[in-house]
Amino acid sequence: MGLISNYEEVFAVILFGIGFSNLLFNRNLLKKIIGFNIMDSGVYLFLASMGYIDGRMAPIITDGITDAEAYINPVPSGLVLTGIVVSVSVTAMMLALTIRLYRRYNTLNLDEIYMFASRETKK
Amino acid sequence: MMLWWQNLPFLSIFLMILSSIVSLSLSFKAARNICVISLGTVLTMSVITFCGVYVSKESFVYKMGHFPAPWGNEIRSGLLEPFLASIFAIIMLLAVLGGMKHIRNDIESKKLNLYFLTTDLLFASILALIYTNDIFTGYVFLEICTITTCGILMIRQIGRTTLAAVRYMIISLLGSGIFLIGITLMYDISGYLLMENMREGIAKAIETDGMTLPTVMSIVLVSLGLSIKCGLFPFHFWMSDTYGYATPSSSAILSGIVSKGYIILLLKIYYRVIGIETVAQSHIQDILFVFGLAGIIVGSVNAIRENDIFRMIAFSSAAQIGYIFVGFSLGTQAGFTAAVFQILSHAVTKPLLFISASMLSDASGGSKKFSDLMGSALRSKIAGIGFTAGALSMVGIPFLSGFVTKILIGTASFESPSKMMPILVVLAISTVLNAVYYLRTVVRIYHPRDLNKKEPKYSNDGYSSSVFSAVIVCFVALNLSIGFFSDFVTDIIRTGLSMLA
Repeated sequence: MGLISNYEEVFAVILFGIGFSNLLFNRNLLKKIIGFNIMDSGVYLFLASMGYIDGRMAPIITDGITDAEAYINPVPSGLVLTGIVVSVSVTAMMLALTIRLYRRYNTLNLDEIYMFASRETKK
Repeated sequence: MMLWWQNLPFLSIFLMILSSIVSLSLSFKAARNICVISLGTVLTMSVITFCGVYVSKESFVYKMGHFPAPWGNEIRSGLLEPFLASIFAIIMLLAVLGGMKHIRNDIESKKLNLYFLTTDLLFASILALIYTNDIFTGYVFLEICTITTCGILMIRQIGRTTLAAVRYMIISLLGSGIFLIGITLMYDISGYLLMENMREGIAKAIETDGMTLPTVMSIVLVSLGLSIKCGLFPFHFWMSDTYGYATPSSSAILSGIVSKGYIILLLKIYYRVIGIETVAQSHIQDILFVFGLAGIIVGSVNAIRENDIFRMIAFSSAAQIGYIFVGFSLGTQAGFTAAVFQILSHAVTKPLLFISASMLSDASGGSKKFSDLMGSALRSKIAGIGFTAGALSMVGIPFLSGFVTKILIGTASFESPSKMMPILVVLAISTVLNAVYYLRTVVRIYHPRDLNKKEPKYSNDGYSSSVFSAVIVCFVALNLSIGFFSDFVTDIIRTGLSMLA
C-alpha cells in the first residue's frame, strides 16, 4: 500500500532508473544527454513531492495570510530551481562536446568515436 | 564577536570567482598574471586563517549575509580546512607554472585566457567544497567543479581529449545523480540542509526509528556517488585517457586536487552530517574496504602493463585513491588521519610526476613511450630528479611523504583486527608492484640509448627552464617537508578532524 500512497516517489525512482540506465548503457551521445535529463527530472520530482503538503498553497503570500501553516515547504522548490540551473549548464556543455565530436568523426556512437580516435592516435 | 581574519575563507572563494570572470576579457599574459596573483593571495589568506584557528584553537562559522541557521548559508572552518586550502593553492600554482609551456603549445592562442578562467573557477569550487557548511552548496560547487574540469580537459582540441572529456563528464554525471538523490534522502530524513542541523535531525531519526532503510540508503548513495566521481575501482577506467591526453597542467590539477575535493566533501559528510559512529553502523565501510583494496591491486597491475608513461601514472592514481578509501574504511580516527595524510601525500606527488614526465617526454621528441624515453633524464636532468623523487615517494622510501602514508595505514589497521591482515598483505604487494613499475621507469630514463654516445642536453625549445626547475624543486621540497615533519602534519590532521566532528 505504501507504493500507492507514495506514487510520486515511485514514479521519481522509475524515472531516475530509466535516465540512469540510458546515461550509462546507451551508446548514442544524444540519447545519453536525454537520459541525463530524465534522471535529473526524476530527482526534481522526488524533491518537489517531498516539499508538497496536501491542501496548502504555493509559498507566495496570498490574501495577506502570513501563517506558515497555509503554505507548502518552499525549500525543496528552491532546490529544484538550483538543480535545474545546474542541469541546464551541464546539458549545454555536453551538447557542445557532442557537436565537436560529431564534426570530427561524423557519428554520435561513442564506440565508433572511440575506435576512430584510437586509430588517429596510432597514426 | 567576529574577528577580521574570519572573513578570509569567504574572500578567498570570492577572489577566485572574481579573477575568473575578469580573465574573460583579458589577454593571455594578463589572465596568467591574475591567476598567479590570486592563487598567491589565496595562499596567504589560507595561511592567516590557519594561524588564526591554530592560536584560538576553535573552529568558526561565517554566516553568509548574516542570516542565522537554519535559514542562512554558512562557511565553516576548523584547522583542517585552511591547511588543505593552503597546500592545494601551492599545488595549483606549481601545476599551472610547471605546465605553462604545454599550455601555450597545446591550446589555441585565442583561447589561452579561457584556460585561466576555468582554472580560477575550478579552484574557487574546490575552496567552496573545502569550506562549505551547507550540503546543497556542496552539490552545486561539485557540479561547477565537474564542468570546469571538463573545460580544462577539452580546451586542448584534439579528438582524444574531447572524447576523454565526454567520458569524464558521463561518469561524473552518473556520480552526481546518485549523490544528489542521496542528499535529497538525507534532507528528507533530517529536514535541514546545514550540516549541523542535518546531523541532529539524522541522530534524532535514528534514536526514534533505529537504522531505517532510507538512512542506510542515503549513506550508501552519497558514498557511491562521490567514489564514482573520484575514480575508486571499478570506476577508474576513464582515468587513463583523461590524464593521458590532457595538457600536463590539467592532468596534474585533476589528479592532485580535483579528485581530492570530492573525497574531502565525503569526509565532511561522514564527520559532520552522518557522524562516524552511524557510518560504521551502516557497514558502507566494509564495501569501501573491499573496493579500496581491489583498487590498489588492479590500479598497480594496470600500471605495470602500460607502455605510455602518462597512462602509467594515471593508473597509479587509481591505486592511490584505493589507499585513501582503505583509510576511510577503518572507521577509526587513526584510519581517517591516515586517509587525509594520503590525500596530502598524493596531492603533492602526482602533479610532480605529471609535470616531470611532460618534460621527459619533450626531451624525447614528444613521445610518451618508454622505448623513446630511454636516457631522457640524462637529457633533462631536473625533470629526471623530479620524476625520481616522485617515484621514490610513491614506492614508499623513507623521508618522503609516501612512506609515512604506508606506515600510518599500517599502524591504523592494528586497531581493526578483522581488517589488519588483508591491509598488511595488500600494502606489501602494492609496495612491490609500485617498485616494479616506478623503479623500472626510473632505470629506463637514466639508461642512455647508446652507451658509447653522450646524451645531448635538452634545451627546452627556447623556453626559459628556470621556472620549470623552480617548480620541480618546490614540489620535491614540499614532498620532503611533509615526510620530514610528518609528526606535525599528523597532529594538525588529528586536531583538524576532531574539530570537524
